[in-house]
Amino acid sequence: MENINIKINGLDVCAPAGSTILDAAHIAGIKIPTLCFLKEINEIGACRMCIVEVKGARNLVAACVHPITEGMEVLTNTPVLIDSRKRTLELLLSNHDKKCLSCVRSGQCELQELCQELGVEDENYFAGVSPEYELDDSAPHMIRDNNKCILCRRCTAVCEKVQSVGVIGPNNRGFTTFIGSPFDMGLGNTSCVACGQCITACPTGALYEKDFTDDVLAAIADKSKHVIVQPAPSVRAALGEEFGYPMGTDVEGKMASALRRIGFDRVFDTDFSADLTIMEEAHEFLDRVQNGGVLPLMTSCSPGWIKYCEHYYPDQLEHLSSCKSPQQMFGAISKTYYAQKMGLDPEDIVCVSVMPCTAKKFEIDRDDQNAAGVPDVDISITTRELARLIRKLGIDFRSLPDERFDDPLGESTGAGVIFGATGGVMEAALRTAVETLTGEELANVEFQEIRGTQGIKEAVYNVAGMNVKVAVASGLSNARNIMDKIRNGEADYHFVEIMCCPGGCVNGGGQPQVHADVRNYEDIKAARAKALYDNDKAKSIRKSHENPSIRKLYEEFLGEPGSEKAHHILHTSYVKRSIN
Amino acid sequence: MKRIENRETLAQVRGNSNKQIEQSRCRVLICAGTGCLAGGSGDIYDRMCELVKENPDIEVCFEAEAAHRDGEIGIKKSGCHGFCEMGPLMRVEPQGILYTKVQLEDCDEIFHKTIEKGEIVRHLLFKQGDVEYPKQEDIPFYKKQTRHVLKNCGQIDAENIKEYLSAGGYQALEKVLFEMKPAEVIQEITKSNLRGRGGGGFQTGYKWSQVARQREKKRYVVCNGDEGDPGAFMDRSIMEGDPHKMIEGMMIAACAVGADEGYIYVRAEYPLAIARLKLAIAQAEECGLLGSNILGTDFSFCLHINRGAGAFVCGEGSALTASIEGNRGMPRVKPPRTVEQGLFGKPTVLNNVETFANVPLIITEGAQWFRNIGPENSPGTKAFALTGSVKHTGLIEVPMGTTLREVIYDIGGGIKGDGKFKAVQIGGPSGGCLISPHLDVSLDFDSLKKMGAMIGSGGLVVMDDKTCMVEVARFFMNFTQNESCGKCVPCREGTKRMLEILERIVAGNGEPEDLDLLEELALTITETALCGLGKSAALPVMSTLKLFRDEYEEHVMDKKCASHTCTALQKYMIAPALCKGCSKCARNCPVNAISGKIKEPYVIDTTTCIKCGACESACAFGAIYMEG
Repeated sequence: MENINIKINGLDVCAPAGSTILDAAHIAGIKIPTLCFLKEINEIGACRMCIVEVKGARNLVAACVHPITEGMEVLTNTPVLIDSRKRTLELLLSNHDKKCLSCVRSGQCELQELCQELGVEDENYFAGVSPEYELDDSAPHMIRDNNKCILCRRCTAVCEKVQSVGVIGPNNRGFTTFIGSPFDMGLGNTSCVACGQCITACPTGALYEKDFTDDVLAAIADKSKHVIVQPAPSVRAALGEEFGYPMGTDVEGKMASALRRIGFDRVFDTDFSADLTIMEEAHEFLDRVQNGGVLPLMTSCSPGWIKYCEHYYPDQLEHLSSCKSPQQMFGAISKTYYAQKMGLDPEDIVCVSVMPCTAKKFEIDRDDQNAAGVPDVDISITTRELARLIRKLGIDFRSLPDERFDDPLGESTGAGVIFGATGGVMEAALRTAVETLTGEELANVEFQEIRGTQGIKEAVYNVAGMNVKVAVASGLSNARNIMDKIRNGEADYHFVEIMCCPGGCVNGGGQPQVHADVRNYEDIKAARAKALYDNDKAKSIRKSHENPSIRKLYEEFLGEPGSEKAHHILHTSYVKRSIN
Repeated sequence: MKRIENRETLAQVRGNSNKQIEQSRCRVLICAGTGCLAGGSGDIYDRMCELVKENPDIEVCFEAEAAHRDGEIGIKKSGCHGFCEMGPLMRVEPQGILYTKVQLEDCDEIFHKTIEKGEIVRHLLFKQGDVEYPKQEDIPFYKKQTRHVLKNCGQIDAENIKEYLSAGGYQALEKVLFEMKPAEVIQEITKSNLRGRGGGGFQTGYKWSQVARQREKKRYVVCNGDEGDPGAFMDRSIMEGDPHKMIEGMMIAACAVGADEGYIYVRAEYPLAIARLKLAIAQAEECGLLGSNILGTDFSFCLHINRGAGAFVCGEGSALTASIEGNRGMPRVKPPRTVEQGLFGKPTVLNNVETFANVPLIITEGAQWFRNIGPENSPGTKAFALTGSVKHTGLIEVPMGTTLREVIYDIGGGIKGDGKFKAVQIGGPSGGCLISPHLDVSLDFDSLKKMGAMIGSGGLVVMDDKTCMVEVARFFMNFTQNESCGKCVPCREGTKRMLEILERIVAGNGEPEDLDLLEELALTITETALCGLGKSAALPVMSTLKLFRDEYEEHVMDKKCASHTCTALQKYMIAPALCKGCSKCARNCPVNAISGKIKEPYVIDTTTCIKCGACESACAFGAIYMEG
């Protein structure tokens, strides 16, 4: 690609054509502060933090969107600019609920950090009236506190562009502008899919999940309850970030250790039920292929995707696998098989899940998710909530020993752990389905064609003389692309994996928030996914059907995959919803 | 009307229309601009039509078809005549008489005297001093103007395309279609140095050439009729009074840049303009001047009207295109510019109403003719909406470079009542103030910019010494604040804080440091706001603070408003020496704020007083006065 030479603060900088001033400055190691900018998602130049001087330009320009041109001379740190940025921050603060001490984002807030970096001395410098907004707590998974919103519109851009949902946007105008649902109807009344991507995009404490950590502690304190926990695959790939580990560090052992110290009676693993999901889903796939069922079969692990399909493609629900998600399968098994084995009343088991996801909070309350007559899962918390819990209990995460999960619901294979990366469920399913169809052992269990963080991946595999066409999509705008093709009869896939969040669960709405200035130039998805693929590679068993605990579960309890009992416990149904 | 298939037929139609007008014995043009309509010109029009019907023996029709006797023929609804102060207005041709302040009851007299006998109804003529002006063209208000763009406004029936044709309409289009290449059209406009009349003053020809050279072949021509400045109504008057001129300008632009589709963005608060534009488009479509293969050529042009929902910010180019696209009307950062990626992401010519209305003139009369009007760098004429404390408010058109003095004193007739000229606010909420020393400054793009003001779209609000400049600044800041789109931080939050400070000051709660804070905020907003509206939002404050700092200081330090405008700073007082103790003031006070003993001086309790002024009017001895 052609390169362009410019000068930033007198330094020669060479950057590819098409770069913005911000990109070029990044290459040169010069940080220009940003607030509203999210690369390729929210490029609107609205916050005016990144303004810079360009020689010869009539006005100051927004570095985040202004393209570089040959010979351009840019100044990023003149006294005028530093002062303007400070004033802009002070203006934002004049209309901001500054209860930082009790704010969920305190210490991790991008606004707070900028104020410190730019030396804002008086947060009340431009004090004036500030409207008071009621919290929007109508959705099952999250809260919007517009008193802390700085109107950067990162959430609306993510919702509309990345997820093609678009249920939030600016209402009113000028000083009374606020972000919310159409006609301020409340997020819970819209066709929000509960993905939580808005939360991970938010620079401040305006958006956060509904916190259930106190419920977890109350359950643990209740001696009559047997409290068990299941962390999802992706949690181990991101939890470390909350405790200063580099992005992509696998902290599985420390996580198990921390969960035990929190006081759970048993520390199990959702990877186990991921393996179980493969058993059922691979069976369902083969059944559909062999018996002329509806194709393509589409995965159902991601509750945000399921809700999206129910709202936006209610005519396509028959493609969805009837398998419950790994979270729900785990809960269902814990309250049937495990309860029976332990001689426990399902009523006395509290099943807690730790998820990279906010839609899981919605999923636990869905209908047809109560195999034992009680909810399969009782409490679902996010990775962020787990980190909060660890801090609250004074657990020194970094000095914890590595520990293992408990039996019998803690044993998993490499297939289960890669569920967290886009393409992982498909790869795990193929490992089992191919071996089942051919009756031969796979020479190579790694399906590289469907790895990687691209939004849509397609591949064709020849299995026992049959060409199996698969597609993998993550991020709902990519899902929309696939679904439109399917709806219009333009797709001939056999099996499709869809994950609600871009990159899959590793980048879920419940994962640690990454500051925009990091996120804009580092691939979070790839780094976290690598942790999972490395975990898989290190495992001696890498195929779900070879998991000894899973084999035992079928032998002792379920019978065959797809058996009537398995159907009763591990499968569910869907409903048609409207678009609001 | 039949479709006009070629140039020859167009010439025929134009000739016939001309003949009909020439043959007419009498034409009555009743102003149906928004102002005169509000003054009752609609009823006057109806009454005149009735009179025509009631008196069939009087030949007023000039068209052969007798069925058209009433309504369209003879008695016409024209666009704004401009002399709004004197409305409702009625022009009678061929004499060129202008009747002012016409009332419904004057219709019979006009009909029987002027139309029947050709006599003048003297009491309806405009008078200045002892002079009566029977002819419109002799009235000083008109005499000092140069009406090119507004020439047809008030002179033709705005609802009839034939009248536009007979006034030379669509001749420029003909020339462009049959005698010029697109590049030559752009060249001619560039040569004329026509600059955007919407306020920016960007060179129109250059803009067009940039659109023409884009690789993308789908292009749009968009007309910005979202005139939102308080007190400005130039564009409205053109759209209402001569819609075809603007449409013709758009078509020429489309020819020049290779566009086949256009939009007119009009604010919904202009229902009459929308109705007239719709009618104009329908008539042009009917006779084949809009649509496919216009006049038998390859040129096709389809024109849509888009109503704005009342957001001032939609007058900004990128917000306007966003609004047409169905999105929230918010400006976006540039580049890419509208000429590269405008409406629906396509190259777009976006010009203001008045700019387009200038185009046909330049094409027919030539670039050199245009350049001969006004100064070198700002040629042509400019329409201004002259309002405020001036005797003859209205819509005027003068050559660029005319001085403020000529506009206010010669055309506007000077300051109303006994007041003295204090300032003129030019350019609306994005503009600034000019004061006495600036009276001889040339009104053109560059001279005004030097003065810290801008020509804007052409609103001229004249203020006398009874105007409080702090209140003026507060008014404009309130406007801008209400109209901020809320996208960028400096405008959204900053204008609110500036408004709060100004509100404090006019309420008597200002602090000395407030003035520094105002300046600081003004600077931040001007430097960092995203769009042109934001960048200019603080201009009225900066300009008044610079020119009238003493007034600000008086409000802040002395808690006084010398012009008695800021009610919070006023106090009614009773001069004991003059008070006879009659108690009339106390009896008239609605809130019982005045007390005293009979035959002794009364006292007003200023904390209870609501400053209604009832006492002052009641006092027979002039003992009650206002302080502050």
